[in-house]
Amino acid sequence: MKFPRVFRREKSGIANFTMRGVKREEEQRRSVFTRRALLLAGSQLGLFGFLGYRLHTLQVEQGERYATLAEENRLSARLLSPPRGRVLDRNGAVVAGNRLNWRALLVAEHTTDVNATLETFTRIVPLTDNERARIEREVRRRRRFVPVIVREFLDWEEMARIEVNAPDLPGILIDVGTTRIYPEAENLAHIVGYVAPPAERDMDGDPLLQLPGIRVGRSGIERYHDQVMRGRAGSVQLEVNAVGRIIRELDRREGQPGQDIEISIDTELQKTVRGRIEEGTSVVVMNARNGEVLAMVSQPSFDPNIFNSGVSGAQWRQWTANRATPLINKTTNGLYAPGSTFKMVVAMAALEARVVGINERVVCPGHFDLGESRFHCWNRGGHGGLDMRSGLKLSCDVYFYEMARRLGMARMAAMARRFGLGVDLDIELPGTRRGLVPTREWREAQGLGWALGDTVVHGIGQGFYQLTPLSLATMTARLATGRAVQPHLTRSVGGRPMRGGRPEDWPSMGLPDRDLRLMREAMWAVVNEAGGTAQIAKLPGGFGQMAGKTGTTQVRRVSREQRERGFRVESLPREWRPHALFVGFAPHDNPLYAISVVIEHGTSGAGAAAPLARDVMVDTFNRFRVAPQPPGPRVAEVGRGT
Amino acid sequence: MSSSSPVFEKRLLTRDRGTGILQKLWQIPWLFVLLLCAVACVGYVALYSAGSGNPDLYATKHALRFGFCLVLMLCIGFVDIRLIARSAWIAYAVGIGLLVMVALHGEVGKGAQRWVDLGPLQLQPSELMKIVLVLTLAAWFHRASWERVGNPFFLVVPVVLVLVPVALIFKQPNLGTALITALLGGAMFWAAGVRWWKFAAIIAGAVAAAPIVYENLRDYQRARITTFLDPESDPLGAGYNIIQSKIALGSGGLWGKGFLQGTQGHLNFLPEKQTDFIFTMIAEEFGLVGAMGTLALLMLVVAFCFLVALRCKHQFGRLLAIGLGTNYFLYIFVNVAMVTGSIPVGGVPLPLISHGGSAMLTTMIGFGLLISAWVHRDAEFGPAQD
Repeated sequence: MKFPRVFRREKSGIANFTMRGVKREEEQRRSVFTRRALLLAGSQLGLFGFLGYRLHTLQVEQGERYATLAEENRLSARLLSPPRGRVLDRNGAVVAGNRLNWRALLVAEHTTDVNATLETFTRIVPLTDNERARIEREVRRRRRFVPVIVREFLDWEEMARIEVNAPDLPGILIDVGTTRIYPEAENLAHIVGYVAPPAERDMDGDPLLQLPGIRVGRSGIERYHDQVMRGRAGSVQLEVNAVGRIIRELDRREGQPGQDIEISIDTELQKTVRGRIEEGTSVVVMNARNGEVLAMVSQPSFDPNIFNSGVSGAQWRQWTANRATPLINKTTNGLYAPGSTFKMVVAMAALEARVVGINERVVCPGHFDLGESRFHCWNRGGHGGLDMRSGLKLSCDVYFYEMARRLGMARMAAMARRFGLGVDLDIELPGTRRGLVPTREWREAQGLGWALGDTVVHGIGQGFYQLTPLSLATMTARLATGRAVQPHLTRSVGGRPMRGGRPEDWPSMGLPDRDLRLMREAMWAVVNEAGGTAQIAKLPGGFGQMAGKTGTTQVRRVSREQRERGFRVESLPREWRPHALFVGFAPHDNPLYAISVVIEHGTSGAGAAAPLARDVMVDTFNRFRVAPQPPGPRVAEVGRGT
Repeated sequence: MSSSSPVFEKRLLTRDRGTGILQKLWQIPWLFVLLLCAVACVGYVALYSAGSGNPDLYATKHALRFGFCLVLMLCIGFVDIRLIARSAWIAYAVGIGLLVMVALHGEVGKGAQRWVDLGPLQLQPSELMKIVLVLTLAAWFHRASWERVGNPFFLVVPVVLVLVPVALIFKQPNLGTALITALLGGAMFWAAGVRWWKFAAIIAGAVAAAPIVYENLRDYQRARITTFLDPESDPLGAGYNIIQSKIALGSGGLWGKGFLQGTQGHLNFLPEKQTDFIFTMIAEEFGLVGAMGTLALLMLVVAFCFLVALRCKHQFGRLLAIGLGTNYFLYIFVNVAMVTGSIPVGGVPLPLISHGGSAMLTTMIGFGLLISAWVHRDAEFGPAQD
């Protein structure tokens, strides 16, 4: 009885309990769930807040910074390379120009198989294995849409063959760039110079130098006027995407093309002179009135076009191993003792210092004794009594030994510098040597002494002098005009004439007219009077007359024994023979042109240099039947009838 | 059947709301459906821009896909929640099966096996698994009373239920999704009433184990962490994405660069702009205003899930809704935190907005379950068990 009741009760109790339990459980679970759900929702709301805060920080607080970064991403400035200025000679002929350079380029992304394309290309225009390797290397290294140069300097036939086969050459395209060309090649190499790809030290901050294919002047006019010839880079603002592909052009600023340089060289004269001379010879022809260099020839020379496409090691070794130094411009960098061509400077110094009278006679017994030492005249027999005019005309050594003794080295050196010897001439050829006129101070700086004997020897242009043919031509022009003309090559830059084209641009040297006239008179006599040392240089009729002075400088001391044995220089090996020099100007009564000739180991100034100078002077007159441009008024103080 | 509580009996056993089709149709939360359509529209606009104004690239596909998923979602919404609860175990088996399948012969994408090819649809089982896991855990905890949940032995089965898929996903390898799945499981445990101290212990253990885990990470996973900590250290490599994404976001400013005017996106500085970085695209072109607006819409979606959770009369529906809400929240948070450079980059999409079928499909299936929970929020399940 109890059991069922109990059971029922139990059951009902259980049921009740269960029902209540279920309800309580349910409520408990629900309240826990609600609490926790709200906590979860709260934390999620907090995290949303964090995201909002992050977005605010990035987009508002740092927005400007990121906007700048986005612009930088988007924009890419590319430089446009301007054409390099040309070099023109005085007649307007191009001596350094830009040639169109047709090139075959390969765009890797336009072809499915780079190798197949190159294979086909090789069958049309043969490529060497080296070229293949370079192309494949560049294709790997660059992005696939950047063109790679396959072959430069294509000729018409090659281009035609490529164009015809274009369907079989996917990815190959032909485009045109420019390259430097020197039509005169060797003829003007030392003057115009050459260009080469910029090296690290050339990077002067000009963005232009970063451009591929850009060239900078490495020597000569190309280097001196590099900045103006280079021009200013233009630029384009491009919109690019993440891989650098150009989407569109936003802005374009044209650059400034390089300016043309007109130089004073007459190419025809230059070529004619070059045809006349051998290795080791330098010739400078100047307009005596304004210092323009008309021809400047140094043999041997080189082809500057080779530098443009890169000099091979073999070529370079060949140039540098050559004893005749083809890369060196001997007119500006060759250093020689002036020999007797220096005697006018000594004479001018003596006259200015009043250590000698114009008509004072000095006796030449064939030698000059100073203490124990004896200095010989070139004429062993002696010249007898000589005034200054005859001293120069006969090139008597004893007369000038005596002048040197009276003057001292300092006064001779000072006069030499006034004539442009041993000083900077500021010619537009970088690397030009200043040369050296020795002085006691210079010698003592070397820790060595200076004896009176040294002074005496330097009176005839021998000794420690190191002078360039260009400075000797300058000296001659100054003697001829009395003006401190400087040699120069630039006539105009970008069409604007340079200062120095007119004789009045150059100041007077302040030397007495009377003394200068005597020099010109004596130099005229050297060439045109009986007994003059350079009568061989007398010009043929119709050109006026040339005035000049020979010089012969020993490269090796002649010993007393040799002298007594009666040796002949012709018997010496060539590299021991003396250098032959000649300086001159013409016409003597109205000087237009000054010339200097140096023939290394030419044996004798009178024998080798003088006739060459004569021929070159005739060439010059033939080139300029009228006076060289610009025609200046005749220089009154220079002209003097004889 | 006791007379003492007939009302309760009746409610417990028979009372049910909206059993008829029409009643159910009435019960469908149309405002929520509208909300999802709005989110998908944001996605359409963003993808239209990502395709540089060409809808054929991404946008049209997105719209079609959403249309299909919408129908699927509504269909699921009609299914009785109790049937869904009973099917949880089958779903779990299918989910694990797919994960194993993908591990054995899945498509390899970006260095990991994540995809399984189901005819016209490529599916990432790890995405589906998250929904299935929520479903299964909800079913497991549905009958558990407060006391029972407090019993550690009761937790062994659900822990295994979580760890098996997490391990499988981790092995793919997909560290990001594995962590998110684990977090999702944790949220379910939390909502089910697992005690505080157990979470504290787990977190402490995880912190202690972090160095060991780091040692065993793949190189690219480690790279993500290091580049996250210092993105500038490798601006062209692994840090590139983060830097470019931040530039895109930042340059958008308050009002943005304008529709189709985003330079970062259109010039391809932005990687994967149509998928993981779609939010960046929105923020660049529509600025902070657009980004916050999008976030607000997404927040409403999550908020609705919580509303369903709080309104459900049965624990299964409550847990299911909170799990689905948290799942969607985790997508949003991880994705947006990732593109703002707040957490390491991982391949987490922004479902319904970013391009990609898997996430949308699984998310919409999830929302189908949510709708079903809402429609059947007063359904009777029977009592909790001790």
